[in-house]
Amino acid sequence: MSGAETIVFEDVSKFYGEVLGVNRINLTIAPGITSLVGPNGSGKTTLMNLMTGLIQPTGGRISVTGISTGEPERLFRKVGYCGQFDSFPKGLTGYEFIYSYLLVHGETKKEAEAGTWKALERVDLVGAAHRKVEGYSKGMRQRARLAQSIAHEPEVMILDEPLNGLDPMARAETIRLFRELARDGLHLIISSHILHEVDQMSDRVVLINNGYIIAEGQVSGVRDEMEEHPIQYLIVCDRPSLLAARVFAEDSVVEARLTDDRGGLFVKTRNLDSFSLLLNRVVLEENLTIESVTPVDDDLNAVYHYLIGAGGGGQA
Amino acid sequence: MSSAVEAAAAGAERVRAPWRLWRRQAAAILRLEVKKNFWGKRAILMYLLAAFPVAIFFALTQFDKRAAADISQNWGEAKVIFANIFEGLVLRTVVFFGSAWIFMNLFRGEIVDKSLHYYFLAPLRREVLVAGKYLSGLVASGVLFGLSTAGSLFFLYMARGYRASIDDLVGGPGGGEVLAYLGITVMGCLGYGAFFLVIGLFFRNPIIPALVAWGWEWINFLLPPVLKKLSVIHYLHSLMPVPVYEGPFALVAEPTPVWIAAPGMLLTVAAVLVAAGYRIRRLEIRYGGD
Ligand SMILES: Nc1ncnc2c1ncn2[C@@H]1O[C@H](COP(=O)(O)OP(=O)(O)OP(=O)(O)O)[C@@H](O)[C@H]1O
Ligand SMILES: [Mg+2]
Repeated sequence: MSGAETIVFEDVSKFYGEVLGVNRINLTIAPGITSLVGPNGSGKTTLMNLMTGLIQPTGGRISVTGISTGEPERLFRKVGYCGQFDSFPKGLTGYEFIYSYLLVHGETKKEAEAGTWKALERVDLVGAAHRKVEGYSKGMRQRARLAQSIAHEPEVMILDEPLNGLDPMARAETIRLFRELARDGLHLIISSHILHEVDQMSDRVVLINNGYIIAEGQVSGVRDEMEEHPIQYLIVCDRPSLLAARVFAEDSVVEARLTDDRGGLFVKTRNLDSFSLLLNRVVLEENLTIESVTPVDDDLNAVYHYLIGAGGGGQA
Repeated sequence: MSSAVEAAAAGAERVRAPWRLWRRQAAAILRLEVKKNFWGKRAILMYLLAAFPVAIFFALTQFDKRAAADISQNWGEAKVIFANIFEGLVLRTVVFFGSAWIFMNLFRGEIVDKSLHYYFLAPLRREVLVAGKYLSGLVASGVLFGLSTAGSLFFLYMARGYRASIDDLVGGPGGGEVLAYLGITVMGCLGYGAFFLVIGLFFRNPIIPALVAWGWEWINFLLPPVLKKLSVIHYLHSLMPVPVYEGPFALVAEPTPVWIAAPGMLLTVAAVLVAAGYRIRRLEIRYGGD
């Protein structure tokens, strides 16, 4: 180990032919749980594949716990990777999938067997252990991959959108598992494009967009900034102008604007709770019929724009 | 705590005795790959190819009474004809295309199926992966095409009759010849296998290079001796127990003696596998854009 750093990127770029994957990344990921957040195509998977040596940088150097990513034979003693690849070797059961993987590590049959059951237990797949992976649901396949990445008890786990395809129960379970692993001293790097989840899981976030790191820091900082950031909703109802009049009187509402077809209302609010109370009141008092309430810009791009605009401590 | 001590001990062992680790890892790969090679969806073509010469000899000797009688009466000539068919059908067709199919798919097939990352996520020297996969291809091709050769010989000897066959196999030169045919078949798998494993790693569409190689191997008899040596068939040809006539236009080269042909081929195989190891260290997992 070279110091306390888990993963160090030094001036790393990756181009897929002409296409930019990531550009001039200088990043040090400290121990603990770190989330890598960015919209689709921002370069999360590229960064993770670089960390695990599945692809080679066009320029720059990467090391994980002091090991160069060009040495898989040493790297994967310390690192487990749960990637986004949803494909498996043909014809294996969940059990064989993990067991064979541990044999390829060089473990003896006895060690591999014990390790396999332990990993399957952790992701709650023991019941389906002897079924073919091809027959698994998306969430079960996700869990099988998760089991593969922890089976050899690595020090660093790299997880590419590990909550994808999981139902709410499994999500909560998995987040708990991550916390547990972190408490046992593992370092986790988790990618996601859902900030809300990240908030529950991690100590630190790295925001990536279009192949550049745009911000990194403590989750609480990012969360505070998000709380200040007003959220916009689209409300479709039978009398939007009446609703607009009522809504304007409310403190927490920053802006209210009729849609072009005048069939709905855009509302920007800083305080969701008081806004919902108001909405309920209007519905009761005015007998208003609400068709739908949808968040409009609650996506990452909006948050990024906000963060970049506010000078969110980026380094790019 | 004790597990940390164990892990440290295991780590130390890995450094001191890497061979032991590599052997275990190669065995694990072999186990997975052999299963895939024999039972995977791509295996069907291999079975068809292997059955082909056996079916021909079966039909020739069981249904064509005249041919069967001919074999038994002109045994010496029958052996020469067999040698020719063996070289043309078994070596140049079944072993060539069968090995092409099996060995090119060792890596290409995994890229198509998007499953290569399974191995790339393990603490595995990529060279060990090449070795394990190559061995698995050898097991599959050696066993199947060996059986193909054995089956063809079986029907040849059936036509000769039981007593005379035993005399030839035990008392005569037959036993040595059978072993030589089997050996040549395995050597063919060895040579073509190494070649196609590398082709599968370097080319996105390996069909063209495979056909070029096939053409090269066919015109080999026309080539001057120096170029002849740049082929697999030349060495296999040199090892044939019964001389095979190459036609009136052949440039006859001294057959390479066995003690050079066999180790020479093994050395070539080793060199080719080193190239594969070099290549695979730089191979990226990029299923999408591939
Ligand atoms: N194999 C490839 N060939 C060409 N371009 C690629 C390849 N892989 C990724 N890219 C490009 O690199 C950029 C980053 O992609 P990447 O997969 O890293 O994004 P991501 O953040 O993981 O997205 P997602 O949330 O969809 O998983 C994208 O523009 C993508 O089109
Ligand atoms: Mg991705």
